[in-house]
Amino acid sequence: MLSRVANTLYWIGRYIERAENTARLISVTGHLQLDLPKGIRQGWKSIVKILGNEESFRALGIENDERQIMKFLISDLNHPGSILSALDLARENARTVRDVLPREAWEELNTLYQTVKAEAQKGYWQKNRHTYLQQVVRGAQTITGILSGSMLHDETYQFVRLGRNLERADMTTRIIDVRSADLVPPDEHTLTPFENIQWMSVLKSLTGYQMYRRSVLEPVRRRDVLEFLFKERRFPRAILHCLGEIEGCALTLKKNTRVVASIRELAQTVEAVDPGALSQAELHALIDDIQLGLAGIDEAVRETYFA
Amino acid sequence: MAIRWGSYPVKGLHDELIQARGKPRPAASQLCRFLHGLTDKEIEEHKAAADLAIKLMGITFTVYSEQDGGAIDRAWPFDIIPRVIDSREWKQVERGLVQRVKALNLFIADLYDQQQVVKDGVFPAELLQDSVNFRPQCVGVKPPQGIWAHICGSDLVRDKDGTIYVLEDNLRVPSGVSYMIENRQVMKRVFPDMFENENILPVDDYSSKLYDMLASLSPRKVAKPVVAVLTPGIYNSAYYEHSYLAQQMGAELVEGSDLLVDDDDCVTMRTIDGPKRVDVIYRRIDDLYLDPEAFLPESTLGVPGLMRAWKAGKVALANAPGAGVADDKVVYAYVPDLIRYYLKEEPLIPNVPTWRCIYKDERDYVLEHIHELVVKPANESGGYGMLIGPQATAEECEKFKKLIRSNARNYVAQPMLTLSTAPTLVGNRVEPRHLDLRPFILSGKETYVTTGGLTRVALRKGSTVVNSSQGGGSKDTWIVDTEGGN
Repeated sequence: MLSRVANTLYWIGRYIERAENTARLISVTGHLQLDLPKGIRQGWKSIVKILGNEESFRALGIENDERQIMKFLISDLNHPGSILSALDLARENARTVRDVLPREAWEELNTLYQTVKAEAQKGYWQKNRHTYLQQVVRGAQTITGILSGSMLHDETYQFVRLGRNLERADMTTRIIDVRSADLVPPDEHTLTPFENIQWMSVLKSLTGYQMYRRSVLEPVRRRDVLEFLFKERRFPRAILHCLGEIEGCALTLKKNTRVVASIRELAQTVEAVDPGALSQAELHALIDDIQLGLAGIDEAVRETYFA
Repeated sequence: MAIRWGSYPVKGLHDELIQARGKPRPAASQLCRFLHGLTDKEIEEHKAAADLAIKLMGITFTVYSEQDGGAIDRAWPFDIIPRVIDSREWKQVERGLVQRVKALNLFIADLYDQQQVVKDGVFPAELLQDSVNFRPQCVGVKPPQGIWAHICGSDLVRDKDGTIYVLEDNLRVPSGVSYMIENRQVMKRVFPDMFENENILPVDDYSSKLYDMLASLSPRKVAKPVVAVLTPGIYNSAYYEHSYLAQQMGAELVEGSDLLVDDDDCVTMRTIDGPKRVDVIYRRIDDLYLDPEAFLPESTLGVPGLMRAWKAGKVALANAPGAGVADDKVVYAYVPDLIRYYLKEEPLIPNVPTWRCIYKDERDYVLEHIHELVVKPANESGGYGMLIGPQATAEECEKFKKLIRSNARNYVAQPMLTLSTAPTLVGNRVEPRHLDLRPFILSGKETYVTTGGLTRVALRKGSTVVNSSQGGGSKDTWIVDTEGGN
């Protein structure tokens, strides 16, 4: 496979995953707002922080205008982190590799982009937002499904999968980082009803609530949630699971020594920690390390296969 | 009852579907009956369904716009009423095209070899000297099977008396074939019932025929030669097609920067596993941009050393560089003579009568009758730089006279044909619109002609300009077997 094409496929995987996660995040945050008493509502800014777009957000001078914030997060093409930007980039990338993508996947991506663009207004207001975002999630899942179900599982597919899982791991760390810092009340052992709700929302951002209940059989608590999101290999959005997927991709490729080494190193770091026992500051430092590790994997992939 | 054939005008025209007021041609009678039976609402629904299919399938073409600061993608303009040709008539056309392309290939091979055709006085030496598409770099090269123009797109038109003419041959990088295939996909989605009830010959074997032809050119005799489609990139107006064909053939879609010519003259592409040898390149880049070492040094689209590799026989190029020498509009005028010269046969499809401005008597005629004629520059495509005399202002005519006088070699003129029409949807009524047809001919060990081709239609009333970049659209082309069975 051409190096240029491999690079493009990797980014298609990343952008589609990014669009999906952003939609989930907005949706769950919206629901959380409604559940929390007015005094401790977080507002929408935490999402901006999670997505790492504070700078461009501040540049726009938007305050607490929900519609403006939604526009920024959903359809602002000048903002590279918006859902529409991610889909636009995925589509532009896909356009250049249409010969290797299954036709249905291209059609679905094209349709999703057109719909998300045409109906962006619906996402600006509470009333239709959930349905609108659901469409994004469903569209992204459909594309992932088509790719998985109809593409030859050769290198071509492995690069999409690699990109998807790297992005997913990255999103999971971001959500944990910002949400836990923001939401955890000072006394970690007080199981206030709101803390419970907040950790539920973290799980829900990652569609992990139901699976958490099945897997953990404990009430929703910081310690168990962190353990679950870092280390539950059976949960597709947990960090260790994503790393396992990434390793699986790398093992199918030639010349993979450096890439595999970087993945294993990071996986060992994650396995060795007990995230539930960490203080907030320690947790934040760990997440920083993990993000550096992910960046290292990205660099190894780039230099080995795309150069 | 929205479409009434009784009020559809056919006087003084040849219409592809309707032969006389209210009377469809036999091959189109089922279709016309079906269309007649549609209500306004159904017509709108079918039209909307087709538009949606085109949008969702992402069928686009790219136009360059100064205003919008670059290339923009437009949805492919498509008319849902197909153009129908009786398969018996088509078989004749097919034979004519095969004959024509055979002669053209012999002509090109001759020009880059002994130039017997010039020595025998059939083709004037001065025309060859002036030709902007003759590539001295190609003299003496012997491509596999002696074929230079592997893919040819010839434009056919029909005059008001029903005669089919070849209007021009495109031997460089003819485009449009993907739209022919996609048009059919759209039609099958929108009118599945029509396909059940009629004997419409399929078109989608083109890609596999193209692949077989390309693979047969491979210099390495391996089971699966590596075939690549070389595109100038995403901003080219035909990029959609490049990508489409690569996908359909399972070939690699490459850009110049993906390829490398090594010291051993082999072409390789950069892959995730390191360099990989390429055997056949279906290039969709013009000659002059192919190789900065051999042609324009400033070209960044091509591959340095590609000509060297081709001459060394390490890679096959389709079409061969230099094949364009036979597709300028001046050479066109000689094609009937070339068929007689090389094949000892009479042309099966006539040329449109053509005045060559290089000859004084013919030029004088053109200058005198410019307001009746269509004047074309020899080496422009896409309908640019043309004068349509009967529709031009006196000023425009004067401008062209000057152009002709200053560069006579570059111009030919033809009589204004009354292109045939076909019913085309305007709102939810039908009106006649002019059209042409571009079949594609593949030449390798065997010759293959597409079943029909791409029908291009001028969507503006009275217009004869069918190029999509200038307000043209397209229709599905049905070759209908009226005798039943294949």
